Amino acid sequence: MSRRLLALCLAPAAALFFAFWLLPMAWLVALPAGKGWATYVAVLTSARYATSLANTVLLSLAVTAATLVLGAAVGLYLARTPFRGRRALLSVLSLPLSFPGVIVGFFMILLGGRQGAVAQAAEALTGERVTFAYGLTGLFLAYLYFSLPRAIASYTAAAQAMDLQLEEAARSLGASRWRILRDVWVPALTPTTVACGAIVFATAMGAFGTAFTLASKFEVLPITIYNEFTNYANFALAASLSIALGLMTWLVLFLARRLGGPAMGAGA
Amino acid sequence: MAAARRSPLLLSLTVLVTVFTVAPMLLSVTAGLVGNYSTGLRSGLTLRWLGEVWEGYGDTVWRSLLLAACCVAGTLLAGVPCAYAMARSRSRAMRLFEELITLPVAVPGLATALALILAYGQLRGFRGSFAFILVGHLVFTLPFMVRTVAAAFARPELRALEEAARSLGASFTQRFLGVLVPAVMPSIVAGSLMVFTLSVGEFNLTWMLHTPLTRTLPVGLADSYASMRLEIGSAYTLVFFIVILPVLWGLQWLGTLFERRHGRHE
Repeated sequence: MSRRLLALCLAPAAALFFAFWLLPMAWLVALPAGKGWATYVAVLTSARYATSLANTVLLSLAVTAATLVLGAAVGLYLARTPFRGRRALLSVLSLPLSFPGVIVGFFMILLGGRQGAVAQAAEALTGERVTFAYGLTGLFLAYLYFSLPRAIASYTAAAQAMDLQLEEAARSLGASRWRILRDVWVPALTPTTVACGAIVFATAMGAFGTAFTLASKFEVLPITIYNEFTNYANFALAASLSIALGLMTWLVLFLARRLGGPAMGAGA
Repeated sequence: MAAARRSPLLLSLTVLVTVFTVAPMLLSVTAGLVGNYSTGLRSGLTLRWLGEVWEGYGDTVWRSLLLAACCVAGTLLAGVPCAYAMARSRSRAMRLFEELITLPVAVPGLATALALILAYGQLRGFRGSFAFILVGHLVFTLPFMVRTVAAAFARPELRALEEAARSLGASFTQRFLGVLVPAVMPSIVAGSLMVFTLSVGEFNLTWMLHTPLTRTLPVGLADSYASMRLEIGSAYTLVFFIVILPVLWGLQWLGTLFERRHGRHE
């Protein structure tokens, strides 16, 4: 392929990317410098932002762990148990992949909000309203809700492609179920776990719509950035926090890609 | 096989996850159709809330569909040639370029939106227009189209096909549009489906980029959740399902159709 033709093919995408991402991003990265170099590390040095960062990382780790365990369990079950309507069930379970994060937040309000289903059921049973939507529990369940479909789809595909002979061999040699899990299933599913775990973690770190809808008392970094920008017009700080968040999510996805498997997420 | 069927733990977790996934959807659909949420089904079914949503937020539906369609068109025009170039050249510069254009996916949408506002916020006409949201969606969805289609262009049998067309004297345009593009059609449809879904549901970027005159469906949803009664929020969510899901299923169906005709995509 000639160089000229190559350049011609790349030109539209390159122009779009440079004008509307790279150039604005360079601007964003340069902005905190105007307020002094210390602005770049504000996320670590200021107690408020460090708390928000720690909140976000811990929540994302917890969500990733729960998603991987539940996703693997459901994926293994669906891949290995033939029953009628299995494909239909899988597509119902994948539906939330196309929901915006705000809808997932609203779902939690319907479940655990002040007028939510759980609150009403609990009031009927015990006379006391139980609400969990606006705190850490609501955020955790909402993030779990939009993360699970991706994990279920990945693990189902991976488990369907697994070599059943290995497992048969292990069983005929007298391996216990625990050993089969450890020596056959876990290694076969490791690439899926790495790729899927990275995407789920990165998506949870950057999720804005869900936390925004829940107006959560548990503050996560995207909400902090939004508040700095909109409520306090503190652009340099908002930029600095965005850079920190962006670096972290990019690094996790990059490392996962280096370890194998294509890792590519999407916002929630 | 038998091992999984005998596992009550996996079965109960699957049931639990299914209930957790489906219950909120059912709850939301019902809440959008009942007369009064707190009295539930006893208050009777009504289309009143759907009507109010259509009156107050109807424009967001059309805008979102138009936005997603423009986004698909834009990523096709810019992304398909780019995918071809990437599949034919594996130089170091090309790898770097591929890594670069994937960045908008890895970096949270909030950061991209802030950057766009800082760089172009002063251009009033552009800032307040539909195009401002569109460029944000384009840079975010482009990598999905490029990666999906590039994987298809890279198949060895396509190189042979292209060589054959070239030796028969076909020009580049003839080869590209007449031979290559039809051969990767299933992947193009799959990429378009991905881009459409992402654009229609995009909130993180759009919330920062929108103005009162350029609200999209997810933006309107967030607005109704924050300021309207529960029934209206639910009815609006129902509108999202009714409008968006058939479009997605239609595109999926189109994808399977192409796959049957032209063979599987990667």
